[in-house]
Amino acid sequence: MANPSTLKVRVDRDKCQGHNRCKALAPELFELDEYGNAREKGDGTVPPGLEDKAYLAKSNCPEFAVEIIETKG
Amino acid sequence: MSQRPPVKDWATDFDHLDQRWINDPFPIWDDMRKRCPIAHTDRFMGVYFPRATRTCAPSPTTRSISPRAASSCARRRRRAFPAPPITSDPPEHRPARMVLLPPFTPDAMKKLEPRARALANELIDKFAKRGSADAAVEYAQEIPVRLIAHMLGLPEADGNLYRKWIKMVLEDGITDSQHRRRGRRRDDALLHGLRARAHGEAGRRPDQLSHQGAGTMASRCSMENVIGSLRLLLIAGIDTTWSGIGSCIWHLATHPRIAAASVAEPALMPTAIEEFLRAYAPVTMAREVVKETELNGCTFKPGQMVLLCRSPPPTAIPPCSRTPTR
Repeated sequence: MANPSTLKVRVDRDKCQGHNRCKALAPELFELDEYGNAREKGDGTVPPGLEDKAYLAKSNCPEFAVEIIETKG
Repeated sequence: MSQRPPVKDWATDFDHLDQRWINDPFPIWDDMRKRCPIAHTDRFMGVYFPRATRTCAPSPTTRSISPRAASSCARRRRRAFPAPPITSDPPEHRPARMVLLPPFTPDAMKKLEPRARALANELIDKFAKRGSADAAVEYAQEIPVRLIAHMLGLPEADGNLYRKWIKMVLEDGITDSQHRRRGRRRDDALLHGLRARAHGEAGRRPDQLSHQGAGTMASRCSMENVIGSLRLLLIAGIDTTWSGIGSCIWHLATHPRIAAASVAEPALMPTAIEEFLRAYAPVTMAREVVKETELNGCTFKPGQMVLLCRSPPPTAIPPCSRTPTR
């Protein structure tokens, strides 16, 4: 039986304009640098139960800077 | 406003100062969405109004659309009215943005919350016993002018000064060149005064104004950029915010069921505010066409303007909550 897929979030630093929508909607997955630019926490792995928040952050980013990488188990 | 030529066709002659647009723009937008991918008007030096905002976002490679003139007006301005970073092209945009971001992070905003809540209560106390108020003037307009003054370390009583200046620049100046020139002169005096004051008090004050004088802005940016960023702080911080607050109040006043639900369940307010911001995006930014370009079969000519931000149709972006707004 295959393992369930895992999700990772990633913020494209070149696209991020610091709107902070991802941080506001999913503070468990995103953090800010000293200038207010967003970045993923740790290696971006989305813990079980936070998948919806990851997709919410992605769909609410005005700059399309949040990526979700799905790895099949 | 009554002297403006009436709009004959919203798709080819739209006018956001038309009384029908001011009263209720939503049916007009619905009609425009159905009939044309890109609306246009010859008013305001010529403006295009694309149906989908993101299809014409300025590309860093083509550079055919520039933010250097971020608002449209009836006549071309003789000189730019810079307000970095919103009027900055790459590569200047990024450093200009980095200067203004830190004081607006969620954590920084949390520090302002106690003053904001106290201010809101003070304003409500003034008219609560009366039983009614002009919520736009007595509440919505007062919040941002006083809070921005608080952020900049300026007397909150100076709020009226900013209010008059912004009205002159952003409202009256759109159609009246005399008002625009007067606003420009007041702008120069006001902002250079703020800049000089920040420079003189640098290092002794913990607020944003001294931060801008002593720290990052002064060391990284030209004087013009420092002045421009102060201009943006005042314009965007005040005009945009009072429009947003005013729209929320207007919606609640015209939708008693939503107002009652918000009172009965205050925990709904944060998500309700998210929805208000999405439904009533208070800023309609413009871009100037700097190189002839084509979109959806429509040729954009240099010198004309494109309006980029427009509340998307309800299905364009997934909702971030289930809070009803209607």
